[in-house]
Amino acid sequence: MKLLQVGLLTLSSMLAFSSPVFAGEAEDKGLAISKESKNRDLGWRDSQAEMEMLLKNQHGETSTRQMKIKSMEQENDGDKSLTIFNSPNDVKGTAFLSFSHPTTNDEQWLYLPALKRVKRISSRNKSGSFMGSEFSFEDLTSFEIEKYDYKYIKDETINGVDCWVVEQYPRDKYSGYKRRVVWIDKAEYRTQKTDFYDRKNTLLKTLTFSQYNQYVNKYWRASQLEMVNHQSGKSTLLTWKNYQFQKGLDEKDFNKNALKRAR
Amino acid sequence: MEKYSDFILRNRLLVIAAVLIFVGIAFSGAFKDGQWNIPFKSDYKTFFKDNNKQLNDFLSLQKIYSKSDNVAFIVAPKDGNVFTKETLTAIWELTNEAWQVTYNSRVDSITNFQYSFAEGDDLMIEDLVLEADMLDDELIARAKRVSLSEPILKKKLISENSDAAVVNVTIRLPAIDMTAEVPEVAASVRAIRDDFAKRYPDIQFMLSGMIMMNTSFPEASKADSSVKIPLMLLVVILAVGLLLRTITGTFATLLIILTSVLGTMGIWGWLGGYLTGPSAGSPTVILTLAVADCVHVLSTFYYNMRHGMDKNEAIKDSLRVNMQPVFLTSITTAIGFLTMNFSDAPPFAHLGNMVAIGVMLAFAFSVTIFPAMLSLLPIKVKQTAEHKVDMMDKLANFVIGNRKWLLPVSTVVIIGFASFVPSNQLNDDFVKYFDERVPFRNATDFMQEHLSGMTTLELSFDSNKSSGINDPKFLKFVADFSDWLREMEKTDNVNTITDTLKRLNRNMHGDDPAWYILPDQQELAAQYLLLYELSLPQGLDVNNQLNVDKSSTRVIATFQNLTSNEILELEQKVLRHFNEQNSEYGLSLASPSLMFAHIGSTNIVSMLKGSSLALILISILLGFALRSVKFGLISLIPNLTPAAVGFGVWGLFVGEVGLGLSVVMGVTLGIIVDDTVHFLSKYIRARREKGLSSEDAVRYSFASVGRALWITTMVLIAGFGVMATSSFKVNADMGLLTAVTILIALIIDFLFLPPLLMLLKSKKDKEAEREAKLKNPELARATRE
Repeated sequence: MKLLQVGLLTLSSMLAFSSPVFAGEAEDKGLAISKESKNRDLGWRDSQAEMEMLLKNQHGETSTRQMKIKSMEQENDGDKSLTIFNSPNDVKGTAFLSFSHPTTNDEQWLYLPALKRVKRISSRNKSGSFMGSEFSFEDLTSFEIEKYDYKYIKDETINGVDCWVVEQYPRDKYSGYKRRVVWIDKAEYRTQKTDFYDRKNTLLKTLTFSQYNQYVNKYWRASQLEMVNHQSGKSTLLTWKNYQFQKGLDEKDFNKNALKRAR
Repeated sequence: MEKYSDFILRNRLLVIAAVLIFVGIAFSGAFKDGQWNIPFKSDYKTFFKDNNKQLNDFLSLQKIYSKSDNVAFIVAPKDGNVFTKETLTAIWELTNEAWQVTYNSRVDSITNFQYSFAEGDDLMIEDLVLEADMLDDELIARAKRVSLSEPILKKKLISENSDAAVVNVTIRLPAIDMTAEVPEVAASVRAIRDDFAKRYPDIQFMLSGMIMMNTSFPEASKADSSVKIPLMLLVVILAVGLLLRTITGTFATLLIILTSVLGTMGIWGWLGGYLTGPSAGSPTVILTLAVADCVHVLSTFYYNMRHGMDKNEAIKDSLRVNMQPVFLTSITTAIGFLTMNFSDAPPFAHLGNMVAIGVMLAFAFSVTIFPAMLSLLPIKVKQTAEHKVDMMDKLANFVIGNRKWLLPVSTVVIIGFASFVPSNQLNDDFVKYFDERVPFRNATDFMQEHLSGMTTLELSFDSNKSSGINDPKFLKFVADFSDWLREMEKTDNVNTITDTLKRLNRNMHGDDPAWYILPDQQELAAQYLLLYELSLPQGLDVNNQLNVDKSSTRVIATFQNLTSNEILELEQKVLRHFNEQNSEYGLSLASPSLMFAHIGSTNIVSMLKGSSLALILISILLGFALRSVKFGLISLIPNLTPAAVGFGVWGLFVGEVGLGLSVVMGVTLGIIVDDTVHFLSKYIRARREKGLSSEDAVRYSFASVGRALWITTMVLIAGFGVMATSSFKVNADMGLLTAVTILIALIIDFLFLPPLLMLLKSKKDKEAEREAKLKNPELARATRE
């Protein structure tokens, strides 16, 4: 009897000490990892790159979209970005300007060359399909610490890369997701994989980052992002090309007038 | 034969043990790891073969766009007005909570409708009712105005006189295990429905949609079985117990039907089979048919015992007399049911195969364990005096005495009823597969009455070029086609992307109603759409209307519930209209409604082929069994006419036939042949062996098998009558028409066949008769008494 008690005590204490974090600590650790990830990506000032999207459906049909994206870092605020659509042909020259804010609604404008007008878009909805792809605009906007609550889950090695697994809970009630599960590598704090869970907490999509390159000796960007929708069987492959950093873009390149000039 | 029955009786304990072990092993096939292993497939797609064209058309549309299985929450406020703060709040909350439904991919309602409007130079796109606590008179008025004017919403999500609304949940099943997934969704939406019913006592909430239909298949069958099986057992006890007045016989019969049903289910499990609505009716059918075998063996056995035979002798004699006819009738019944394999709907093939297995098992058991049990169990029989004049003798004398007018009159009646066969309208309305006891049927009827029916057509228009859906010419084509669809009398709703584009164009021009027209440039349309897509929330995108390449678009038209024929006509009309346009575009048409409409009509043709083959096989078999080409040919008439009269009666009183009824001909053929076999074989025996005149041979037939035929027919009618009480209408109609046809068959065998036989005796027969009478006058007299 005594032996059993001792055994149980030892077992329970082993369990307690082997579990890496206590309540509250998981949240702190998740936040710390995410903060470090963000911090390591600060100071890039501005960037531009070309992007191609390859859409596939279950029936095997494919379709491509091409665009150019310019971004500018903001101090103490979300990034500004300008997306200029190149193909399909009928949306060529259409430009999309977005000011992302950590805690308030984003601001978004679209320039329609066919109408020669800039239209402001109500921005509560940002979780819908981006150009018919499996990405939503929410998936593409800049990562801001204030947008989520965090929780560290575990360590896991995926594709030979040692990662932390952190859960992120969106604070925006209009977000399309209940939570995201992010794999961040321990070596460089880069996101390797993200699982998206829909509002009923079912796995909806998985985003896999690959072919990371380092720019200006500091900033890592993945060249390929593949989003697979587990529920619809559709997928989208994003390919980034010609990344350029710190080319001196400024506020004038990210206002309504810039939209019309953008090409 | 003698040796066989000796063997059975000598080794009766061994026989009983062997049969029970066999049934035990067979039945274990229904289980795997101690779990019931014959799944009930709850998916309407099981009604179609994998290579069914309409099914594949529909599946490929679903792959290109998105799946469209749905659950419709019907919201019906008791005050008849949706546009009150309370009801709109309920709809708003229901819309939000419906996102939690298992496997849901999209929720559409009037409150989350993506309302777009101009505000200065900005385009606003947001939920029509964004937050329930924002609801005031003004917002309610706006919600009403927009809902009732928006063609996408009207008669789909809101009724015309705003007394009912629908919250439509699109379900995307992983389709890994449909047997588990469908009930999971059903349980999840029912929990929400019950919760809302409690929270809003002044609002009625009902559930319809494809998922609810799918889940109703097993539910209706299970509810049925719990009533049908005990009812059926009661029928057996009554029929055998009261008509033959025996407890032992009833017990032995119950054992046979039980072993037949369990054995069949087990073998079906070994074969890796599954159950569906129709095939779940197989136990009832097997029960019924197994009883018939037992009745034949029992009635001879008791007849013998009453007439002073020793028990074992009586059993042996009964086996000798009945072995061949019971085997023959089992084979013909099995052949009849096997014709269901010609059906284009696999569930009916399964029903046929299961019953065929069951019938052959029942035969095997009724000549092995059945006599062994009878021999083992105590039996008391009151010996009766010699043959007394009973009902059957009276009937025989009546038929013989009145044959002069019976034949022409019954011929006229048969032709009269048969002439109503063409009044049957082909109709496979899958909503009506369930009767009013099933909640799905009520909800769907309500929805049809207030909003829209369940008949849909999905039209995929292909521009044949990338981004072609933005081409103004193509857009005009689709818009015109949608308008043309809307103008049809029975159209409830047409969902088309062109309406969205018109609305956006209007929004872009300061909401000026004059601009509710299609954009006139490809770029404009493309950019509007891009803008719109960027503004939609998750799950409410237009990917269900556009393919990835934006080369084709899906238009969904909803109609009032139409009959199969009307749907087929509609399809032709749509295709004709499309061809008349002579456009460069492509069109594919598909929908579950179309699938059911087509299978109904092709199935009839297949079943006619199957039944004809069965008829040929059975006639050949009868020809051999009766050893006469002439009687083989004569047997065709009483075998064929009952189905013709049955369908005529159906045409006269009901007039709608579908999948279930198209199999009745094959099924009844196999069963009613039994009557003919028994009657004709006795008639021929009397003529050939006993040399009786045709009149006396008719008397002999009535006396020896009339009672057994009467009892088996009553049991069969009761059995299929029980099936007719099914809330699964396919089975109910099949049961009812089969029961009616079997009754007609008996009437024809009793009233029409004997006069026909007496009329058709050849000259040679007449001479033979005269000689026989001279040689053996006593015999002739004896049979008459």
